[in-house]
Amino acid sequence: MNTLDALDAESIRTDIPDFRPGDTLKVHARVVEGNRSRIQIFQGVVIRRQGSGVRETFTIRKVSFGVGVERTYPIHSPQLDKIEIVSRGDVRRAKLYYLRGLRGKKAKIKELREKVAAS
Amino acid sequence: MDRQVKGILGAKLGMTQLWDNNRVVPVTVVQAGPCVVTQVRTPEKDGYSAVQLAFGAVNPRKVNKPRAGHFARAGVAPRRHLVELRTTDASEYTLGQEITADTFAPGQTVDVTGRTKGKGFAGVMKRHGFGGLRASHGVERKHRSPGSIGACATPGRVFKGVRMAGRMGGVRYTVQGLTVQAVDPEQNLILVRGAIPGPKGGLVLIRTAAKSKPAKKGGAK
Repeated sequence: MNTLDALDAESIRTDIPDFRPGDTLKVHARVVEGNRSRIQIFQGVVIRRQGSGVRETFTIRKVSFGVGVERTYPIHSPQLDKIEIVSRGDVRRAKLYYLRGLRGKKAKIKELREKVAAS
Repeated sequence: MDRQVKGILGAKLGMTQLWDNNRVVPVTVVQAGPCVVTQVRTPEKDGYSAVQLAFGAVNPRKVNKPRAGHFARAGVAPRRHLVELRTTDASEYTLGQEITADTFAPGQTVDVTGRTKGKGFAGVMKRHGFGGLRASHGVERKHRSPGSIGACATPGRVFKGVRMAGRMGGVRYTVQGLTVQAVDPEQNLILVRGAIPGPKGGLVLIRTAAKSKPAKKGGAK
């Protein structure tokens, strides 16, 4: 399993922040249109992280004009300019597929309260 | 057979992916070489020209006398695998010459030969890609069966070569027209685009492609 780790290390990005399902992200992705490229921002909730190593991907969901939109990106894709964490979510599952069936206020994710340092 | 063929033996390490031009490229990593030349076949002596390559570590104590003598004549330590490569430029090789991964350059097309993974006794759906029978509409316990294997009283027998269930895999197989994605001469790695036969650790032979690559359909999008 680990024979190719050294090779994969070249493709792995280290500038990706640590995020979990439930977090709200702003993904800045480079989009090439014809011969010029621009940066597209996609903001939404991470509903899953899947795979490991260079193959790891994550899926972001947002509701746009009443329609749910999900986009899956490879985490180590060079096409991602940067990832901003907007907020941390307090969720109890690794895959938030249940959000697909919820609308409006029910689809809201509680924000994670920072743990108070143990006194 | 009058082609100049370059080749190298290696061990398949496994598959991974890399990014090339913002696109994911699936690659197979091959620990290629270093191989040594153990014999050069010439038309004068052998009736054809070829070069014999050896690869793989082996305990010299366990090599039998005839084999050890063969390697001693080339002046190299015994290796595990031997393979012969028919090529017209065999005379340019010298005994004991080392062949490394930089024989191949990125972008080159190659053929990769290996022994496929054994699949055991496999049915026709897996072995020959048959469609099987229907899932419902009265089909009983026959969903993966081949169906008919021939006509009735004429010819009154099953023709030879009718595809049926049987042993699958574990045979020599060549994948043609693969592209070399990258070469790492320091670690003797060749990264080949796509899948190649055999399990991880299996012996593979990489050669220059026998056929030229057909022009891509439709061109770039």
